[in-house]
Amino acid sequence: MTDPDVSRLLEILPVYAKQGRPALIPVLQKAQEIYGYVSQPAAAAISRALRIPLAEVYGVIEFYSLLYSQPVGKTLIHVCNDPACAVAGADGVFKRMTKTLEFHLDQDSPTREITVERAPCLGLCEHAPALLIQSPHHVIDGAYEDLVSGTSSRHRTKIGGTVSILTANCGKGHPASLEEYQQNGGYLAIQKALQVQPEAVIQEVKTSGLVGRGGAAFPTGIKWEGCAREPEYPHYLVCNADEAEPGTFKDRVIMEDDPHRILEGILIAAYAIGAEKGYMYIRGEYVYPYQVMKTALDEARKAYLIGEHILGTDFSFELELRRGAGAYICGEETALFESIEGKRGFPRVKPPFPTRKGLFGKPTVINNVETLCNIPVIIQHGAAAYRQMGTEKSPGTKLFCLSGDINQPGLYEIPFGMTLREMIFQLAGGIRNQGSFQSALVGGAAGAFASANQLDAPLSFEGLRSFNLPLGSGVITVFDDSRSMPDILLRLAHFFKEESCGKCYPCQMGTQRQLEIMERMAENRLLPGDTERLSDLAATMTDASLCGLGQTASSAISSAMRLFPHLFKIMEG
Amino acid sequence: MTEIISLTIDSIPVSVPSGFTILKAAETVGIQIPTICFHEACTSNALCRICVVEVEGARTLIPACVAQVSEGMIVQTHSDRVQRARRTILEMLSSTVDLTDSPEILAMMNDYHADPERFPESNPREFDLLDDNPMYVRDYSKCILCWRCVQVCAEDAQYTHAINFSQRGFDTRIDTFYHITLPETTCVFCGQCVAVCPTGALKPKRQWLLETGYSPIEIMSLTRSKRNGNKSRIQPERKLP
Ligand SMILES: Cc1cc2nc3c(=O)[nH]c(=O)nc-3n(C[C@H](O)[C@H](O)[C@H](O)COP(=O)(O)O)c2cc1C
Ligand code: SF4
Ligand code: SF4
Ligand code: FES
Repeated sequence: MTDPDVSRLLEILPVYAKQGRPALIPVLQKAQEIYGYVSQPAAAAISRALRIPLAEVYGVIEFYSLLYSQPVGKTLIHVCNDPACAVAGADGVFKRMTKTLEFHLDQDSPTREITVERAPCLGLCEHAPALLIQSPHHVIDGAYEDLVSGTSSRHRTKIGGTVSILTANCGKGHPASLEEYQQNGGYLAIQKALQVQPEAVIQEVKTSGLVGRGGAAFPTGIKWEGCAREPEYPHYLVCNADEAEPGTFKDRVIMEDDPHRILEGILIAAYAIGAEKGYMYIRGEYVYPYQVMKTALDEARKAYLIGEHILGTDFSFELELRRGAGAYICGEETALFESIEGKRGFPRVKPPFPTRKGLFGKPTVINNVETLCNIPVIIQHGAAAYRQMGTEKSPGTKLFCLSGDINQPGLYEIPFGMTLREMIFQLAGGIRNQGSFQSALVGGAAGAFASANQLDAPLSFEGLRSFNLPLGSGVITVFDDSRSMPDILLRLAHFFKEESCGKCYPCQMGTQRQLEIMERMAENRLLPGDTERLSDLAATMTDASLCGLGQTASSAISSAMRLFPHLFKIMEG
Repeated sequence: MTEIISLTIDSIPVSVPSGFTILKAAETVGIQIPTICFHEACTSNALCRICVVEVEGARTLIPACVAQVSEGMIVQTHSDRVQRARRTILEMLSSTVDLTDSPEILAMMNDYHADPERFPESNPREFDLLDDNPMYVRDYSKCILCWRCVQVCAEDAQYTHAINFSQRGFDTRIDTFYHITLPETTCVFCGQCVAVCPTGALKPKRQWLLETGYSPIEIMSLTRSKRNGNKSRIQPERKLP
């Protein structure tokens, strides 16, 4: 096999070279777009131009699952492998696709036109089973006629719930343009914010009681204040749109349907913390949402909402869109910074926290997409009005991603406080095909299973906690009683093994050992002592891992051990 | 003037200057906290987690090698929770890595009653021995991924940047640019990586030849075939599942 000549890459390299190391992942993505993979000569040319050591360029390519150091098919098909798609028949799709092509995964040849891969959750759970096709020419030869309809349009996501505040412009089948967003009151909040001091904006957000929607539930106002008070500049604002928690698709829907709401939230946050530069890090698999955000950003720039002297004031702000490259861990805030900086996505040791030393070592606020979407609401209507919704301890509304064995999978917006039962059986239409409820995975892969006894748990931070369930990023994946729990647990264990960055020992080895035991369980051949092994692994990962990934990698499995102990018993004879 | 911080470690009152790590503070009163990845000369990444201790009020265990002391802190260095984590980490290591050349870790396993056979039917990390230069051999089956070699080769000392990582997670390996041989890299054979490697994964060639105990002629032929063998076997592992 001959490596491609790199002349096309050399032409564009000078543009990236000026930005130095932070341009590494974008330029690797560009090289891959041109050649289909990053060849050794291409990597060497990039190393020279950006002045990054060869071994480090290679280390970065190797870290991200969407960057390839060897040739792959011109058309790449990612077939989701995680629970919501599994219950919708993803395995069948995968088998069908690989059989049609008459190859198996272990026989891939560099000349092959199509590569089919099993992928982690693609964030399309409400449309399960999901595929992502990456192809330069958007055609798949006749091979899959029976699987792929040929139209590239997707069914609309069901937008449900009892209120539509964050989702006011969602579900229309197209992204809300700047004009539409403004017609519905958009960009009034930034005007209001710019008329007061940043401290006043922060105070309003603090009073609102808003806490982060990315999973960690940290009070947003306090985070902003911490950063705003740091004497060192520049300050950065980062919007975390790396959504990759299995079962989560809320941020994707907002990006696709109402991109300006996110931009307005980003602008207000940036003004409040004194940032003139921001990044939005969008998951690599989210190709379409990235395009929508890009278009919206251009619109906003033309309307003087982004750039110098926004709306004629002294406030200036630039936003750079970044695409992830296939690593769940890059949703973790410090790993995300490393990734923007052009490195492997290894989480950093905390403290120092991002508000003191974040992106490029500077004071940084990082917020989830949904968190930022709450900001215009709070500023426009005031914290007091905002607190009218939800519960005392969990004010506001929340987006829930419902998928799995329910009649109406989709995105549901509710004020905090409704019960899990009402959500599943009233709003989402109950269990599909007249099945009965077995369990729901609440909070995503990093969450916990709820059994029928926990259906009365109120959907609020404090309500779920009292039922030993995490809210996480708002995921509810429902399984009917025909589903094999060992199979679901195996998929979760596999997810964490694949996505562990490998930095710290408990998670690097613990996720592998956990997977091996789950494999045994799925094959009905648990060994004596396996439950004790699992408990020790869980305790060690939860207690001693460096970051949230390892700390939650056994959470769902541990909850299953509590709820369904019989599954973990060794079969006699 | 540095501030003096007072804390309690295993019920012993300790006073140390601010900025001290828990590890250093414990040493001042003769309490030994085990470490694996920590090395005075290298950036601390707190990745092995063997040094974790229990700090009152903290949700998780805390790595003593990087966590700084604070006023009134109450630290337990050998509580049940701590011992369970340390023992399990050691048991996982022993099921993953060839520890025959790591006497310190083996001693630690003894101290913590870690069972080397705790995880049956588990995949070890196994790689072919790499013998591609006259100075040292690389046996990554013995590598515990402490990162020291990568760091001394980079900003911690040498700025040669010859090695980094391939893959991620459990399958991570210390590697060169597209698996090229060391002489093809920027490596200057300073030997710093060999000096900091705690496990015998990096070993001077001379020592390795002596240990293998073959006659010089046998060694010559063995090395040659190994070298050829490696060429084909260290082809990049596929990234697909
Ligand atoms: C493994 C891991 C993955 C994460 N993924 C995401 C993500 O995809 N999106 C997100 O907003 N936060 C994610 N987080 C949480 C972030 O680290 C961070 O807490 C969050 O972005 C802060 O924003 P918020 O305060 O608005 O929630 C993840 C955390 C961990 C440990
Ligand atoms: S917990 Fe897992 S993902 Fe996080 S640093 Fe450790 S190995 Fe990496
Ligand atoms: S080769 Fe040695 S120094 Fe390098 S990471 Fe492995 S054990 Fe550590
Ligand atoms: S010695 Fe502290 S984490 Fe390794």
